Amino acid sequence: MSSPRFKRVRGSRYWVNHIMHALCMLATLAGISSLFLILGFLVIQGVGAFNWDLFTQPESSGLGISNGIIGTIELVALASLLGVPIGVMSGLFLSEYGRRGRFGNILRFFTDILNSTPSIVVGVFGFAFIVVNTHHFSALAGAFTLMVLMIPIITRSTEEIALLVPNSLREAALALGVRQWKVILFIVMKTARAGIITGILLSVARVAGETAPLVLTALGNLWPNRSLTEPIAALPLEIYNFATGPDPKLWSQAWAACLILVLFVTLTSLLARLSTRRSTLRK
Amino acid sequence: MATPMTQESQAQTAQIVMQAKQLSAFYGENRAVKDVNLDIERNCVTAFIGPSGCGKTTILRCFNRMHELVPSAHVKGQVLLDNENIYDPMIDPVQIRRRVGMVFQKPNPFPTMSIYDNAVAGLKLAGVRKRDVLDDLAEKSLRRAALWDEVKDRLYKASGASLSGGQQQRLCIARALAIEPEVLLMDEPCSALDPVATSKIEDLIQELQRDYTVIIVTHNMQQAARVSDYTAFFYLGELIEFGKTERIFEKPEKKATEDYITGKFG
Amino acid sequence: MKPKRFSLPPDSLFKWILATAGLFIVMIVGLMIAVMAIESWPVFQQFGLQFIYGGDWNPSENADRPPTFGALPFIYGTVVSSILALIIAVPLGLGTAIFLNELAPRFLRTPISFLVELLAAIPSVVYGMWGLFYLVPFLHDHIMPFLSDTLGFIPLFAPPIRGFSMFSAGVILAIMILPFITAVAREVLAAVPNSQREAALALSATKWDMIKKAVIPYGRSGIVGAVMLGWGRALGETMAVTMVIGNSHFIKTSLFQAGYTMASVIANEIREATYPLYVEALIAIGLLLFAVTFIVNGLARLLIIRMSKVSMGGQNE
Repeated sequence: MSSPRFKRVRGSRYWVNHIMHALCMLATLAGISSLFLILGFLVIQGVGAFNWDLFTQPESSGLGISNGIIGTIELVALASLLGVPIGVMSGLFLSEYGRRGRFGNILRFFTDILNSTPSIVVGVFGFAFIVVNTHHFSALAGAFTLMVLMIPIITRSTEEIALLVPNSLREAALALGVRQWKVILFIVMKTARAGIITGILLSVARVAGETAPLVLTALGNLWPNRSLTEPIAALPLEIYNFATGPDPKLWSQAWAACLILVLFVTLTSLLARLSTRRSTLRK
Repeated sequence: MATPMTQESQAQTAQIVMQAKQLSAFYGENRAVKDVNLDIERNCVTAFIGPSGCGKTTILRCFNRMHELVPSAHVKGQVLLDNENIYDPMIDPVQIRRRVGMVFQKPNPFPTMSIYDNAVAGLKLAGVRKRDVLDDLAEKSLRRAALWDEVKDRLYKASGASLSGGQQQRLCIARALAIEPEVLLMDEPCSALDPVATSKIEDLIQELQRDYTVIIVTHNMQQAARVSDYTAFFYLGELIEFGKTERIFEKPEKKATEDYITGKFG
Repeated sequence: MKPKRFSLPPDSLFKWILATAGLFIVMIVGLMIAVMAIESWPVFQQFGLQFIYGGDWNPSENADRPPTFGALPFIYGTVVSSILALIIAVPLGLGTAIFLNELAPRFLRTPISFLVELLAAIPSVVYGMWGLFYLVPFLHDHIMPFLSDTLGFIPLFAPPIRGFSMFSAGVILAIMILPFITAVAREVLAAVPNSQREAALALSATKWDMIKKAVIPYGRSGIVGAVMLGWGRALGETMAVTMVIGNSHFIKTSLFQAGYTMASVIANEIREATYPLYVEALIAIGLLLFAVTFIVNGLARLLIIRMSKVSMGGQNE
């Protein structure tokens, strides 16, 4: 009749532990199941609407969304043209020259402001700055807005990843009598390349799905865009217009467009993850 | 004030390659090296020893203007290289670093480059493009660093980071030699290595002495005794004693030196 | 005196090129604030603070009645829908973060956190469409009747019910900010030193005791920061909300009635704004929204910085 040497935890503490454990698991399940609910509906509704016309016919024909696909590619490419170099360069400035010092801190602060500004506000800026002054909704205004949205993302991710490049590599190169600008270009950037590309990809994925700022700037267009000073179509704008319209045929096209957009965004993030994993940094 | 120079080190000026004159180094307001006067003789190995925090690494980094790269760090006084002050405002520090190479405490090969590219990184980044020049120098410096035989059949395939620690450090030495410096600074080059790799590097230092002047910082007194011709003992940022290595180890003149060498502190 | 450094043109030129890119960002932000302030100036001149607390938004131009612009219904809608989203998302997000960081078996952590992160990658307009066709009907047919039957005596849940409502907007916002709250909360939890956990476990705490007594108190200000960051997101979300909130200019007590948010009124009415004052009023709302998110995000960041200072102090001990 010897009592056990260690008593098991019983009573309220024991049960609370298990109940909270279960609740945390349920919370996680709730998040994941909403993801699958969304993706499930997208696939069910979207795949059926895939056909040749969808990708080749413009909106004006009522059969496809080709102008939106081209428009989104055009807008993102235009935005990247200036946005990527400016983002990467200011990120490198922060990591290589601006670790301390006043301008570095000011720049970091302003980048954070821009990063947390709602995209609709950036859209209002693009609208008030370009559309109001040129009296035209235009592809340029849309691309400008997307550029402003992508720059802070690239800046901060470039800075973060460049800071992971060990200082010993910079010193090694400097001690070989290499000039600092070459050290930054050929040692820091080369070592951090995968991470910098990841940041760029993520920013592209993010702005490709932006809708609100484009409502205020690019407006949308039933036909393929001919000039940068004219309104231009974009995939997210088509989804918005079709979904809020009355035509069930357009609804299924919108589902297909959603599926394309989500596939693009998911694949990009997946690609970004893989390229980071292969990188020598951030193991 | 300055520590008086011992007799042996005052050889003919032609033999002196580097000279520190009233050299002080600062981190912000904090003076880490105080009024050091020191002559480095050509084709000799000079060891800097002293307890950690004594400023031996800082003064080494003053010899190729690496010290000023630390934010808020600066230098007072002079360092002469072939009788020319390297801290002259009109001197380009990049030129100095090409003449005074450096090997660091932890091996730091460039991880994105092959062994070959690592060896000639300094040349390539300086704009040397000629393939035959690069090939020639890569082989020469890898041979001098006693690494050639171990890596010659994977020069282009293997990354510098794939080598063992000791091999990496010899690759770093080869990389520093490829730009053909006059002086090679080594900052505790063996502290991250195992005994076998350490002895290989020590043999190498003996070899290098024929063509180069070597200054080595070490916390290992046996190492200083084994490899160096001259030894400088630093304590609290000051040069306490400097002279021929045998003399420093057998008959130290200062109490502090003797205490350190016999292990009473440090 | 620091001696002057030799600096060769290419080196300082390169630094200046990089600095110019940085200057561009600073200028963009300055320009953004300036342009919005200048464009919305006439509105504040005409309506003063009435623009913020005025409840009457009537842009139609009649001969007998000049248009009035009061943004209160949108401010109300923005605040209520985002707080509703927080009430739903914070427990779920914290629970997920705790599960992923403290409880889940190691091999599950990466795939699950990837799935949760995917929620953040889905564009707002896709959420909107899903909400329009699935979430709103579902809430209208199943959740709202239940809530109004059981809690209908509280004015917030009073019938009648509408599908396109503040409630639907809050639910969809909750799903959208869930991944942000989870991600930031995970970072905060990861910053809690293991010594704290071990100390609690050594005092014979259960896992939950440890989380409640050691981990959460340690990261409290960081967790509040995470919640505020999520709130900042919810305040500015546009498309999904616009598509499910019902777009009504009037303040209604019940959550089951249509509402409007600052972001959605801008997106919805910009194409209808036919005369300058109307356009300027919408830009003024944009400026207000910027100010609000700026304050919320600033506070969030302060809290997270404070948390990271505390945790650094802890590691030094």
